[in-house]
Amino acid sequence: MSQKFRLENGGLINRDKKLSFKFNGKSYYGYEGDTLASALIANGVHLVGRSFKYHRPRGFFGAGVDEPYAVVQLYRNNETEPNIKATEQELFEGLEAKSVNCWPSVNFDIGAINNFLKIFLPAGFYYKTFMWPKSFWYRVYEPFIRKAAGLGVASTKHDKERYEHKYEYCDLLIAGSGPSGLASAYAAAKNGARVILAEDKPRFGGSLLTSDVNIGNQSGEDWANSIISELKEMPNVIVKNRSQVFGYYDHNMLVMSEKVSDHLPKTKKHHPKQRLWYIRAKEVLISSGSIERPLVFGNNDTPGVMLSSAAKEYLKVYGVLVGKNPLVFTNNDSGYETAIEFKKNGVNPIILDSRVNPQSEIIDEAINLGIKIKFSHVVVAAQGYKKVSSADIAKISDDKKQLGTIENIKCDCICVSGFWTPTIHLASQSGNKTKFKEEIDAFVPGTSKQKETTLGAANGIFTLEETLKSSFTAGQDLSKKITNKDNKISFPNVVEKISSQHDKFWCVPLPKGKSYKRFLDFQNDVAVSDIEIALKEGYRSIEHVKRYTTLGMATDQGKTSNLNGLQLVSDIENKVVPAVGHTTFRPPYTPISIGAIVGREVGKHSKPTRKSPMHSWHEKNNAIFVDAGVWLRPRYYKQGSETLFEASKREAKNVRTNVGVCDVTTLGKIDIKGPDAAELLNRVYTNAWLKLPVGKARYGVMLREDGIVMDDGTTTRISENHYHMTTTTAQAANVLSHLEYYLQLVWPELNVNVVSTTEQWAGAAIAGPKSRKLLEKLFPNNDVSNEGLPFMGYMESDLFGVKARIFRISFSGELAYEVNVESNNGQFMWEKIIELGQEFQVQPYGTEALSTLRIEMGHVAGSELDGRTISYDTSLEGLISKKKDFIGKRSLNREAFTSSDRQKIVGVVPLDKKTSIPEGSHLVKDAQAPLPNKKLGHISASCWSVEHDNPFSLAILKDGKNMIGEKLFVMSPLKNKVIPVEIVSSHYVDPKGERVRS
Amino acid sequence: MLHIKCPHCGMRSQNEFSYGGDASVKRPELNKEISDEEWDNFVYNRKSLRGKHLELWQHLSGCRQWIKVERDTATHEIFNTYKADEEIT
Repeated sequence: MSQKFRLENGGLINRDKKLSFKFNGKSYYGYEGDTLASALIANGVHLVGRSFKYHRPRGFFGAGVDEPYAVVQLYRNNETEPNIKATEQELFEGLEAKSVNCWPSVNFDIGAINNFLKIFLPAGFYYKTFMWPKSFWYRVYEPFIRKAAGLGVASTKHDKERYEHKYEYCDLLIAGSGPSGLASAYAAAKNGARVILAEDKPRFGGSLLTSDVNIGNQSGEDWANSIISELKEMPNVIVKNRSQVFGYYDHNMLVMSEKVSDHLPKTKKHHPKQRLWYIRAKEVLISSGSIERPLVFGNNDTPGVMLSSAAKEYLKVYGVLVGKNPLVFTNNDSGYETAIEFKKNGVNPIILDSRVNPQSEIIDEAINLGIKIKFSHVVVAAQGYKKVSSADIAKISDDKKQLGTIENIKCDCICVSGFWTPTIHLASQSGNKTKFKEEIDAFVPGTSKQKETTLGAANGIFTLEETLKSSFTAGQDLSKKITNKDNKISFPNVVEKISSQHDKFWCVPLPKGKSYKRFLDFQNDVAVSDIEIALKEGYRSIEHVKRYTTLGMATDQGKTSNLNGLQLVSDIENKVVPAVGHTTFRPPYTPISIGAIVGREVGKHSKPTRKSPMHSWHEKNNAIFVDAGVWLRPRYYKQGSETLFEASKREAKNVRTNVGVCDVTTLGKIDIKGPDAAELLNRVYTNAWLKLPVGKARYGVMLREDGIVMDDGTTTRISENHYHMTTTTAQAANVLSHLEYYLQLVWPELNVNVVSTTEQWAGAAIAGPKSRKLLEKLFPNNDVSNEGLPFMGYMESDLFGVKARIFRISFSGELAYEVNVESNNGQFMWEKIIELGQEFQVQPYGTEALSTLRIEMGHVAGSELDGRTISYDTSLEGLISKKKDFIGKRSLNREAFTSSDRQKIVGVVPLDKKTSIPEGSHLVKDAQAPLPNKKLGHISASCWSVEHDNPFSLAILKDGKNMIGEKLFVMSPLKNKVIPVEIVSSHYVDPKGERVRS
Repeated sequence: MLHIKCPHCGMRSQNEFSYGGDASVKRPELNKEISDEEWDNFVYNRKSLRGKHLELWQHLSGCRQWIKVERDTATHEIFNTYKADEEIT
């Protein structure tokens, strides 16, 4: 099909490369350098979607980030992405897109019935109507509204694309490559500053690409190209297109999203789809330009009504006519530039200018070109449903209140210009309090808050000469302060046409007897009448009006609607715009994909994976791994078709009867050295530490200052002033910070150093009645007898030439040892233990068996030390020294901590000795009691006792001390279980602790 | 993201640090008899200031030193940073 609206010549597209694409299933052609929008318009397609609320037909309104209408569902390389702006999406071969928010099709949309019911859908309609009956909300109303409203559909598939994060530092970050961005970047770069110049569009130059101006002896476009080529060659400059600086955060950190591959049919190998840049800049220059404001009139949302600057951009950049019979409706000189471009390309536009008798160079040029101009005229309403077919126009009185006789004229598009709104989002995000500038009827940045300077149109400066001058100066001065260099640049001669004053008119009154919808927010269907209702109903704060009417809340965030909304509120309220104020500008400036925000931190990369030195052995021996914090630990070693339950039972039983070996490398280890080390331990732990002899280990519990147990573990005195502390796997990092806090801030007089050695040592726990025999084989030259290495003893030894530490400590409750060697010898140690342990039936055991062993022994772990329990609750109160002070001691006399029926750890056995008890279940007195059934305690950990061959659990139970022997019920509504149980001692196996000392 | 000057390492991003609360809180001396109120004030009660606030940060992924930072809680402006034992002027 031919591109009927494509000019024969012109534009910056590559006419040698034709690209095919599909929209709503139909095939079209465009050229390399097109956007989806420009290619569709070239093919005469103006109907691209349906509006949010009334499902009115939607076309194109802009040509860039401000686009409120043309959001599409994009299909690229077997992936789909919702809510892509057709005005930003570059065309590539094979692109496919579909309309959103219409069913069954964009041409025939059932939801459009809302358009005829619109008098029933005023502001706040949903709030008012769907209130009752309450039960209808989630069954009827919400699903219906969800189906009817909303834009594109997010993919539920795994996104295979790669997104990267990058951190960068620079002297000057310049956001926007229009005239002010280029001038300031050039001046700063010449002074040797490290510059990043970011442009959100594929082409650099901003307004220079569409303006009829000269800089030096070049056209604006040529000047932009020559500056960019020079900047690209400079080693101190990073020039990035397709890169949107979307957020200005604290301490001059800005975030930029670079669309690396979205313009290609497929992401290249080793390339990311998008890259997020975190940029810390010494100075930020905001050269984000301005966005044209719409004029408000009846049916101003009809496809074919668009910004005049967009029409000009389609002409000059893409060689595309938005219409062949255009009407230009303007309140300032910008509309004339668009009309002149039409005329130069053989199209006859009509200009309606709301001003009475404006005079300027450009108006004269239009008159000389023979363009038909009607002063004091306005568009009253657009006519046509899916595309503009004519316009009702009228003369307007000088006070803009009275309309003359309405006349209908034929046209196929209406290009509107309501003057310009500076893009102040970044400045406002930096904390800059904006100010209202009367001359331009818009807000501009006030005093700089962070290190930001706003230039050019973004600062309300609309002449090229002044923009270039101030931007050269800003770039030069700011860089000079940083680099101490001062390269003078001669200022080029600028040729531009000077504009006359714009008209402070923006909204056409309704003619008598007509009730046209006059839209302010095009994406969310907010009309003048909605704002009027909101104000009548008493909404005053602009933030409230915004939320009640949804003005400015759509994916375009009101880039074209905010200021007109404010003007309307101020008109009705009889206030000036600055008194109404504007809503807050929050990042991101444009929608950012979730993938870009997440970056590489997905799936396995969302956190580091730590593996013990013995990991490969575990893998080879059928270990099934479990996440323990960031560590991967063997949960069990599968033999044949064993289940987790069967394997863990076998492994635990083997520890109780023979000997097992468990990888305990993950345990936190802290090396403590210094003459005051014992004193530190004495203050950190609840028990006494000053008299621990060299070569001995001791179990200790540490509290937080509020008296809650923080962690437990054994600490061994290696030599006079040297200790080796162990912590639980989960708390290792917190304990280290805790010690550093007290040493650096609270007791700096203590002469102690602490350092983490978790990764320096590989650890193996050897547990079971035959563990000593195995140890004798491992260390034949040492006396490891009960006398030579008693319980809680420590010795240093040699494991076949490898330095080793042996601790006689036990978590399983059996006779047990822990052997540590330097990490790189871990695998050697492990293999030796397995090899020499064969004759004692040694088996490796995983965390599941480890849990079983500790639970039936009543040893506490993380599930009991859960940040809510004190020493008493976990039966560790015997370790509280009465003679000394320690961290958290003063809190222990709190009333709740000393009450006589305080919770305590107990054992729980089901009466039938068969039913497993789910962890987290509640304990209650009466299973039949009405809800809420009073909770007496909860199950903290459950196992299958290998010693007794029945289920066994630990629980934290109110008045647990006096509950032994009681019969209660375990209730788990989650698992739908009620289990009668008996409360027993938490020490279910070897209550006297004889085995560990044997 | 804040940019914090570690007095030991220089300017670093906030994500290398962890926050440690009000730096003006003094832990009562060990073995000292104090009232419940004094202890509660140390453990629980904090002012939630708007404005200049002296606070603790630990340079966790750096030199691991606890430092003091004078920051405006409303604007995030950082006026000064100090070593743990430095006199604050």
